[in-house]
Amino acid sequence: MKPPKFSYLAPESVKNAIAMKQELGENARYIAGGQSLVPMMNFRVAAPSALIDLNGLTELSKVSLSSDSALNIGALTRTRRLENDPKITGAHPLLAAAARHIAHAQIRNRGTIGGSIAHADPAAELPGIVLACDAEIELQGPRGFRTVHAVDFFESVFTTALEEGELLLNIKFPRWPKDRKWGFQEVSRREGDYALVGIAAWFDLDATSSISACGLSAIGAADTPVRLTKSEAALLGSVPSLPLFEKAAAEVTADIDPFDDVHASAIYRCEVAAALAIRTLTEAWERDT
Amino acid sequence: MSKSYIGKSIRRLEDKRFLTGTGKYIDDVKLPGMASMAILRSPHAHAFITKIDMKSARAMEGVIDVFCANDLEDELPEIPLRLAPFTDFQRFLQKPLANKKVRYVGEPVAVVVAEDRYIAEDALELICLEVEPLPAIVTVQDSLKGETLIHDAAGENIGTQYSVSRGDVEAAFKGAFYTRREHFRTNRHGAVPLETRGLIAEVEPTKPLLRLHGATKVNFFNRRHLAEAFNLPESSVELIETDVGGGFGVRGELYPEDYLVPIASYRSGRPVKWIEDRRENLSATNHSRDITCEMEIAATADGNILGMRASVQGDMGAYIRTNGGVVPSKAAQFLPGPYRVPSFACDVQFLITNKTPVGTFRGPGRFEANFCRERMMDLMADDLNIDPAVLRHRNLLTPEELPYRIGELVPGDPDATLDKGDYPSALDRLLTECRYSDWIDKQDPSDGKLRSMGIACFIESSAAGPPESASITVLSTGDIEVRTGASSVGQGTETGLAQICAEYLDIEIERVEVSHGSTTLVKTGGGTFHSRNTVMAGNATRIAAKKVKEKAKELAALRWNCHPTELTYENGEVCKSPDRFTLQELATFAETRGDILSADAIFDNEKKLSYSYGAHAAQIALDITTGLVKVERYWLTEEIGRALNPAMIQGQAVGGVIQGLGGTFLDHFIYDDDGQLLTGSFADYLLPTSSELPEITAIALENFPSELNPMGFKGAGEGGIVAVAAAVGNAIARALKPYNISINELPLTPDRLREALRGAESLK
Repeated sequence: MKPPKFSYLAPESVKNAIAMKQELGENARYIAGGQSLVPMMNFRVAAPSALIDLNGLTELSKVSLSSDSALNIGALTRTRRLENDPKITGAHPLLAAAARHIAHAQIRNRGTIGGSIAHADPAAELPGIVLACDAEIELQGPRGFRTVHAVDFFESVFTTALEEGELLLNIKFPRWPKDRKWGFQEVSRREGDYALVGIAAWFDLDATSSISACGLSAIGAADTPVRLTKSEAALLGSVPSLPLFEKAAAEVTADIDPFDDVHASAIYRCEVAAALAIRTLTEAWERDT
Repeated sequence: MSKSYIGKSIRRLEDKRFLTGTGKYIDDVKLPGMASMAILRSPHAHAFITKIDMKSARAMEGVIDVFCANDLEDELPEIPLRLAPFTDFQRFLQKPLANKKVRYVGEPVAVVVAEDRYIAEDALELICLEVEPLPAIVTVQDSLKGETLIHDAAGENIGTQYSVSRGDVEAAFKGAFYTRREHFRTNRHGAVPLETRGLIAEVEPTKPLLRLHGATKVNFFNRRHLAEAFNLPESSVELIETDVGGGFGVRGELYPEDYLVPIASYRSGRPVKWIEDRRENLSATNHSRDITCEMEIAATADGNILGMRASVQGDMGAYIRTNGGVVPSKAAQFLPGPYRVPSFACDVQFLITNKTPVGTFRGPGRFEANFCRERMMDLMADDLNIDPAVLRHRNLLTPEELPYRIGELVPGDPDATLDKGDYPSALDRLLTECRYSDWIDKQDPSDGKLRSMGIACFIESSAAGPPESASITVLSTGDIEVRTGASSVGQGTETGLAQICAEYLDIEIERVEVSHGSTTLVKTGGGTFHSRNTVMAGNATRIAAKKVKEKAKELAALRWNCHPTELTYENGEVCKSPDRFTLQELATFAETRGDILSADAIFDNEKKLSYSYGAHAAQIALDITTGLVKVERYWLTEEIGRALNPAMIQGQAVGGVIQGLGGTFLDHFIYDDDGQLLTGSFADYLLPTSSELPEITAIALENFPSELNPMGFKGAGEGGIVAVAAAVGNAIARALKPYNISINELPLTPDRLREALRGAESLK
């Protein structure tokens, strides 16, 4: 389990990194936390000719609130910081809660939010959160800067809207109202394993206590994280109640398309996704915000 | 004696170096001029090799040697049978490199020796292996059909088969009030120690010498066979033991690599290192536990067992390795367990398949047998409406019935007898600890989870095999050196033997240093398996210490010009009041005479086994919606005769439970229909971690010291694991009783539980 030979480059700026990538071409890879790429290299599943190491680019690990209260998280921000930095946990408690389910502390210390999103494992937590929360993913590439909405970002297993040479700069989460209800639940074989299936949910209530806005997503339930639009439609405009949640959960299977693997069958994932939807919405509803 | 160490929870002497990172494991050993070896392993489960093109690999810079079976002048030896060597097995022995045919994914095909491991792995990618694929046999059913033969010359895929029995089982079933038949399965999984295997071979061209670092477990047996294989006198083969990060049965057996690394060293003339990586480890190191058991029980209306009959099928993988037929044969032998089973019959079949070969893993056959039998006991308890603990009490052998002859249930093994003990009281102690009589299975209103408790009883044999050696030397520095032929695989052997030595020599334990395993330390040794070390090496150490005391007296008698019988020994000194000589003084005196203050000892228990016994209880919480089970509390009692070091025994029991929980819920080698291993990395082969641990209460009982060794020890290394699947399976079955779901197959995964529940719910 030793990787084949590769060259190593440490760019000094984003611009520099992109230029290196452009020069080295498709076989070069950006590396951030390396928590997925390095094992793949050791298994020789990935054999990049060169690694462009982003870890020195401090400009990529900034966390800030913009004037519209959107939360900007630099791509190089470590997963561990998502759960611990008060700037993030206060501004986006759902993100912080989901981050705690990712692997183990040692891995969270190295792994980055941008790495997880760019890697696009369909069972990973962070892609599910950006999708549920309508985050904007900011990219910089040889042809300049662009923004991709999370809904358009995840295309298939390990496949995203990132184009050759593009680098994930920043994830922009829209304003998180203080009294927003939210929940996150997943089932995994062991604590820290990839989710067999998981559900993220949030909703806002209007003056009549009806659901005025909501976002639900499922992970481990298809070849990408999935936005549960049919469940959302079932919730919108209604007053939260267990029967309402059950009605919304009944729509989950219409949006997902899970697979069999050695850990669980597609049927398992379907039924547990629906059950978790009820639990997640209940968790959200019972949350004292 | 004033210094008392036996029975004390002495802190482990080896822990300082382990915890501070100064242990010396095999990969820490670096020799000058050392080359690195990597192995091309078959990616096919079953295929004829048509061509191995090694040209480009050989041409690569930094590559020293590339070879396959065809390149070797001498025919490769077969890996020998060490245990349960049933005669038919000779047809299925493995050679270190595949020749003409590959029979499992992971089988060594070619070897690369290079300047470093990176280059070696690069070169592996350049070897072109061409094959003609054959159908893969991945189930015992297909193996039995024999439509495709894995070893053509054998003419069948049945490794061997036999029947064993005692009493008149036909008669027992004929008249029985109650009978039940069930099909059980324990899944293929393995020991998976955290340190993978590794070896370094060095040969000295000027004299016949083969030195192999990284050896452990059964070094003297392995030396004998390696000497034979390499046509060397035994004295020219040295097996050197380093620190070992877990054995559990799999480490230290002879594997293909134990031959390939020396061959690589001979060919290249350089020391050669091979470190098994995790990907190799999961397909190259022995698998275990892969048993199906069709079992039937007959009993009276009161639940008194009249008879058991069973057929056990073991999936042995592609070859029979050193452990022979241990796993299925012990599963059969231990099926009746601690109970009064007047008649018993079992057919045992060993089937060859296109999978990694099977060997022993902590509690081999026992883990499997306990799961089958103890599940059956609970099913019978429910059928007859008898409390599971009461039913067990009715059937447990009583102290008056022990010793109890269980008969010759393994062909070629001597007639076996359960030694003295009190099985019911070990169960009673467990029931008290877990407050069994107060416990009520229920759906908890607080979280909707089903909470229940399951129990299981077990017996576990220990200390089989050849005699063990120990030698004690008092150095002129005053330090005491203990050497033994037994190995340490991390379980605390150094501490345990130091305790015994210090106690019997009546000295500070800090003065004792224990060296173990290497064939250069002692003349002979039995090795480390079957919970042997404390029983065998412990008693040998005691004998050696006593001899050292006698020798010390003889030396002192020379100094004082008196007779040794006039002298006493206390506090590490020989006394002739008011004068005294310390051991150090006597060692120095011995040196001046060209002598040495030391003694060798051998302990032989004449293969009489001591049986530990006890009971386990698991309290679980089951989330019926997700099928997730949490073991919330776990208890076990284990009669071990006498506790040498209670803290270490506690560690063995707790570690055993954790490893058993892995086997119950997580560990699983899954193969697809083509014989590909689907759980070939730690992303998919799941080991238990600290996150999954319940609170574990492990109670070692010392009520019945073994009468089969002077110190009264029984083995204590395996009682923690052997009944875990049984107790947890029973707890889950109790929780799901209303659904009438069979919990007969391991592992108990959320997916499987949900699948069973779906079936049950749809019937409702």
